[in-house]
Amino acid sequence: MTAETVEPASKVELAPGVGGGGEIPSFDITLKVRRYNPEVSEEAHWDDFKLTMYGTDRVLDALHKAKWEHDGSVSFRRSCAHGVCGSDAMRINGRNRLACKTLLKDLDTSKPILVEPIKGLPVEKDLIVDMEPFFQSYREIMPFLINSGHEPTRERLQSAEDRERFDDTTKCILCAACTSSCPVFWTDGQYFGPAAIVNAHRFIFDSRDDAGDMRLEILNDKEGVWRCRTVFNCTEACPRGIQVTKAISEVKNAVLNRKI
Amino acid sequence: MAVSSEIQAPRSGRVAPKYTRHGSSRGNFEMLAWLFMRVSGLVLVVLIFGHLFVNLMVGEGVHAIDFGFVAGKWADPFWQIWDLAMLWLAMLHGTNGVRTIINDYADKDGTRFWLKTVLYAATAVIIVLGTLVIFTFNPCPPNAAAELLPSFCPAP
Ligand code: HEM
Ligand code: SF4
Ligand code: FES
Repeated sequence: MTAETVEPASKVELAPGVGGGGEIPSFDITLKVRRYNPEVSEEAHWDDFKLTMYGTDRVLDALHKAKWEHDGSVSFRRSCAHGVCGSDAMRINGRNRLACKTLLKDLDTSKPILVEPIKGLPVEKDLIVDMEPFFQSYREIMPFLINSGHEPTRERLQSAEDRERFDDTTKCILCAACTSSCPVFWTDGQYFGPAAIVNAHRFIFDSRDDAGDMRLEILNDKEGVWRCRTVFNCTEACPRGIQVTKAISEVKNAVLNRKI
Repeated sequence: MAVSSEIQAPRSGRVAPKYTRHGSSRGNFEMLAWLFMRVSGLVLVVLIFGHLFVNLMVGEGVHAIDFGFVAGKWADPFWQIWDLAMLWLAMLHGTNGVRTIINDYADKDGTRFWLKTVLYAATAVIIVLGTLVIFTFNPCPPNAAAELLPSFCPAP
């Protein structure tokens, strides 16, 4: 066994009081969380948490504080806490957003902040929904490169213009904020939903992929792109700023051009 | 009180039954319906505004509309075709639009079925009656009470 290495002393000397950004303002909020636990009751209800938070805190920090300091049974998904894993989409004050990208100071802190699970998917507990139907639609559009040519020994090169064609839709983190904001999806959950179409778009318009026709055929289904009513909720909900409705329209046009 | 609820393990591959799609649909019906809404919409802009302009603005405008005015228009095959196109396109466009709304808002298959049955029946009745009227309109129907007839009708 090697001896424990001693951490070297920092070479940077900071004068006391230097390095902080000054006092961070704090404020009190009421966090209203939609609670549901089928092992206790089939009825959902609201729980209020009165919390003192800081100007740099996000809704996710408030949820952490509620869970860690008030009620350990509050349940929600989160992983990266920095807007890249797509775990913590939820309805915050009636809008679908990522809890980890929503600063409390940007909300109206004079009123209770409402946090609910995303709509249209079965709630399992509190803010956790069953994402399986969402991922099922995602799987159906074959979200992987299909190339019928010989496997190259090198990287598959692509021009900057060809890459740009589908750049926007590569940004998806599969958070389901879009699909669960779509009123057509809310009704019966049959619609493929914006996220599946966005991820199909990612490959349909990729010059290296050969299965665009198959994906267009899949999305020509009666529950496919034609169920889109251009409501634009998805575009507004997307935390990655993807032009979701535009991507759906491009896929609609691609289906049309192929058939006519 | 303990409510027993069966909660399956996550990632077990199960999809709640409500969400499973029942096979894939063949054909291009929804695509053609989508295209039809846009094409018929464009044609309707011309037909409807042309109709409104000719009926309400030209000449004496709205004050000239009576049985005779209608009969006069429908004596001309141009206006017969115009109104026929407007009737069919508006009815099919409107029916398809309401069909979409029913699909979007009815969540039980039974509700959907009955609403659509009523819709299609109403559409069929209106298209058939409307078409019939355009081609058989007679401002002076025989055996009608004299006080209901317009002044230009020959005395019975
Ligand atoms: C004046 C010319 C018109 C134009 C340009 C037009 C255009 C359109 C278009 C493009 C849609 C499809 C919307 C979508 O897919 O999201 C639509 C839907 C619809 N239209 Fe028209 N339309 C016209 C006249 C009419 C008339 C006369 C009626 C009634 C008979 C009508 C009833 C409907 C209904 C019920 C819908 C479905 C609503 C929806 O999908 O949100 N429209 N129209
Ligand atoms: S398109 Fe945007 S909102 Fe939809 S799943 Fe992807 S990242 Fe989330
Ligand atoms: S926790 Fe990863 S996106 Fe918010």
